[in-house]
Amino acid sequence: MEYKGYMIIPGKWEIEYRYAAGEYATKFFKGLMEEKIYGVKCPSCRRVIVPPRKFCERCFVEPSEWIEVGPKGELVNFVIVYRKFHGLPDPPYAIGLIKLDGADDSILHFISEVDLSSPYRALKVLKPGVKLEAVWAEEKKGMILDIKYFKPIETG
Amino acid sequence: MVKQDVAVVGVGLTKMGRRYDSNHSELAWEAIKELFDKTTIWIDDVDAVVYGTMDPFDGIASPERWDSSAYGIARGAGKPLVKVTTGGTTGMSIALSAYYHVASGLYDIVLAVGTQKVTEPVEAQEVLNIAVDPLFDRHTGVGAIAVGAIQASAYYFDYNKKIEEYMAIVASKNRLNALRNPYSHLKLKVTPEEALMAPYLIWPIKLLDSCPSSDGSVAVLMASDKVARKIFDSPAWVSAVDYISDTYWFCCNKGLSFWNSLAILARRLYRKAGISDPKKQIDVFELYDAFTIQEILEYEALGLANKGEGWKLLEEEATYPYGDYPVNPSGGVLSTNPVGVTGLWRFAEAALQVMDNAGAHQVPNVDIALAHAWGGALQFHALALLSRERKLC
Repeated sequence: MEYKGYMIIPGKWEIEYRYAAGEYATKFFKGLMEEKIYGVKCPSCRRVIVPPRKFCERCFVEPSEWIEVGPKGELVNFVIVYRKFHGLPDPPYAIGLIKLDGADDSILHFISEVDLSSPYRALKVLKPGVKLEAVWAEEKKGMILDIKYFKPIETG
Repeated sequence: MVKQDVAVVGVGLTKMGRRYDSNHSELAWEAIKELFDKTTIWIDDVDAVVYGTMDPFDGIASPERWDSSAYGIARGAGKPLVKVTTGGTTGMSIALSAYYHVASGLYDIVLAVGTQKVTEPVEAQEVLNIAVDPLFDRHTGVGAIAVGAIQASAYYFDYNKKIEEYMAIVASKNRLNALRNPYSHLKLKVTPEEALMAPYLIWPIKLLDSCPSSDGSVAVLMASDKVARKIFDSPAWVSAVDYISDTYWFCCNKGLSFWNSLAILARRLYRKAGISDPKKQIDVFELYDAFTIQEILEYEALGLANKGEGWKLLEEEATYPYGDYPVNPSGGVLSTNPVGVTGLWRFAEAALQVMDNAGAHQVPNVDIALAHAWGGALQFHALALLSRERKLC
């Protein structure tokens, strides 16, 4: 390849990794395989942290009390991806911050079963406070995508 | 504890943009060459080097190993080299680290330098996606644009349903400013109406609400009060610097529609520097606006506007180069973003403004300039005040 007479050498990184989930995420992912979502309660600030983490970064202590949260929750905020980015999921799709029932923090996940063909149409359904519920993957692998996505709960 | 005052005594910039004419270390060399061509001292007079880049945009892990010979560390006995990397704040972390080297009294002349090639990855968002945690967040494809979009969405719901119209004004203003800056990447004569018509990348962020991927290198020479005026007779004094960190988990970040951490940092910096009214006392602002919404959030956090009212400054044209508080007269990050050196460029631009050396985008009568960078998942902020006078008050 050349650009204005200067040579361009193609390159690619293909490096495989094995990420240690660690103590707390292992318990969280094993919970997902049973369609349960776990958080941990900080003994100091009483915040329920989801996904669970080995330490509360505010209080600098290790939470040890496990609490089941969700699978329902509410939408805090969201964005809608319309552009195809190389190597990333195909648009359109919505990513939301979801506060699960019983949790104090939000998790980041897909919001689906909503007409995303334009922001105008999506905004008729999606707004902060809308109730959502988890839709589970049929086959569980012990990873975050065992929750396929969240969808708005039908009302009325 | 500051043992000696620190000043910027020289700046070297490369033309930023799609620099396929130059490999990584050649681009580093270009900034160094420009710096020393304009300076009375020589690379051998430098005591230490602080380098930074955001890995792995360049597809090279630890590019300092390749670049460092351009910084003179391979000459003679060599020099100490420190590498810093803190995402989008990397460039300001370079500047602040170089400042600490001198202010501590350990060194008198320090070279702050960074080189980054963001056009070499085929998709920059794919690189940014590997900067988020692999267990809980990466599957969503979230990168920098999604993070900026979350801020815009939060602002939309919390404060202003018409915020996209004001974001479009920022998009136009900063692209027009870049037309006067020969180093800028994008040269777009674009109106707010055209920016508003651009396609969505990630709602509410449209194409022209987003920065480009750019290549570039920046070198800044800092010196102690003992030697600064011998090197450059009207240096830019670094009168105050500060840095703040927030949680990595931006889902827990309570400052999505108002940048709390930046507001805290600004108050801390102003108090340290004796700034009681930033609107009156600071003459120009070079802020890290990777997305248009961020410039509006920065107006509010830095005390130029009330919470939820930053967009009003755009109606008044207050942040245009001829306004009361010029923001990003260089064209800013919206026009040029070589990520890991972008913060160092903000610092360098603030210095050039107080040195009266900014060229066609020089704002008249600048005594005090503020430089800013943010980085991480809305996690880090850095601020630096540069001034014509050695002591502000």
